[in-house]
Amino acid sequence: MLCEECQMRPATVHITKIVNNEKTQMHLCEECAKKKHISFSTGLSGFGFDDTGFSVAKLLSSFFEPASQSTMGISDELKCDRCGLTFQAFSDTGRFGCSQCYNTFRGQMDPMLRRIHGKTFHVGKVPKRTGGQLRIRQEINRLKRELQEAINAEEYERAAVIRDKIKELEQNKHNS
Amino acid sequence: MGIESIMDTSRIKWINSPGPDSDIVISSRVRFARNLKNVPFPHLLSDSEAKKIVSDVYLTLKENPVLSRQIELYNMSELTPVQKTMLSEMHLISMDLSNSEKGAVIVNQDETINIMINEEDHLRIQVMLPGLQLDEALKEIDRIDDLLEEKLDFAFDEKIGYLTACPTNVGTGMRASVMMHLPALTMMDKTGQIFSTISQLGLVVRGIYGEGSQAKGNLYQISNQITLGKSEEDIIQNVVSVARQIIMSERKTRQNLSGEARLRLEDKILRSYGILTNAKLVSSQEALSYISDVRLGVDMGIIKDLSPSVLNELFIMTGPAYIQEMSKNATTPMERDLYRANFIREKMQR
Repeated sequence: MLCEECQMRPATVHITKIVNNEKTQMHLCEECAKKKHISFSTGLSGFGFDDTGFSVAKLLSSFFEPASQSTMGISDELKCDRCGLTFQAFSDTGRFGCSQCYNTFRGQMDPMLRRIHGKTFHVGKVPKRTGGQLRIRQEINRLKRELQEAINAEEYERAAVIRDKIKELEQNKHNS
Repeated sequence: MGIESIMDTSRIKWINSPGPDSDIVISSRVRFARNLKNVPFPHLLSDSEAKKIVSDVYLTLKENPVLSRQIELYNMSELTPVQKTMLSEMHLISMDLSNSEKGAVIVNQDETINIMINEEDHLRIQVMLPGLQLDEALKEIDRIDDLLEEKLDFAFDEKIGYLTACPTNVGTGMRASVMMHLPALTMMDKTGQIFSTISQLGLVVRGIYGEGSQAKGNLYQISNQITLGKSEEDIIQNVVSVARQIIMSERKTRQNLSGEARLRLEDKILRSYGILTNAKLVSSQEALSYISDVRLGVDMGIIKDLSPSVLNELFIMTGPAYIQEMSKNATTPMERDLYRANFIREKMQR
């Protein structure tokens, strides 16, 4: 029997999946099976809803390794005082225990975030109530860009309105 | 509480209104991951804490006069395994949630909004719309997020944004994805080249069996990977512009098929149509690939008098659990294949 996927190599891996008594069979060569391996271990869920459909823990451990090695010793003793999670436990699962962990492990955070996202600063949405000063600062920055656009377009009336808004916000910031 | 009493399984509601570019884009989805301050993340939650979160979220939404009449809460502990798998085939819950006794989901009537509670994060808010409508989905999810934030204290850090159980979601906590039907690119072996370019833009492509595998039913899901350091709007813009390029090249590939290739394709499409409208037994795997062929046939004008939304619906409704839930009495695979074949025939005749 030839591999279903590549139709070149002999099929040596035979997989039978049973989802709600519905049987699906696959006959693959070792190479093609390896390529598909990740998804087999996590089960069939249609064309995945799942963001974590592949093994996040495995993926993450590759992100963490260099950081945890270089900070070994310090991070071993670090433990979140709210939920009790150790850095080692985090490295194993890739999941923090509570939002406080982000403060506890702040020292380890930047290199890790840079490896995952390429950035270490949030620039998106800020919650209205708990966002605090950041929300006002972002709004001011946004208005400043708008002001510049208005000036460039020689729309001076609009620019004046925007300038007043910025003033108002800056006063609010100082008062609060 | 059972699903049958509330959820009407006879049709997929959100899919019936055609969206922009819906000949290629089946659906657009945006999800926000949110967590509550001062409460451990779900994997460390006690049962009573977990229950409190479910009721807090539900009651907050119930206070909204419009939403309160539209939403329904389902606790994972009260659903059967088949019902849970069906919800995941409908993209309303993840497999992770269905395996959690602490989990719950809130769904609106149209099934366009769903909020998973106590999955990896306390809240996973999702908005799903037909066609390419990520901007609209973002507006809608923003509104729900604001509504929840009026009452719930979300864990937020001034420097790194919304805090999530896994640092891969930190920042915006947003995942924007489009499900695309790409039969021509798949047939001409052009997907590999396109997808490797996409990955350099910080996006991920998944088929039905996860990354790197060939998509069943020629369906691919494209989403952002990076959640920190870019605004929600920029992330969406990135996904949309990539989706537009893929749409263009899929359309071009379809148009450029000529001669022998075109004939072979037409033959394949009409054979699939013949099977779906005549076969006595159809398995779920077969269904996906024939539905994909017929869907392409409709888009290319080879098959007439058939609505593409019927086929979009069939992509979901022919799933193993969905068929099981609808058929009630079917107990063997053969009985389900029989039910599925009948169901497809009926849907296509209407």
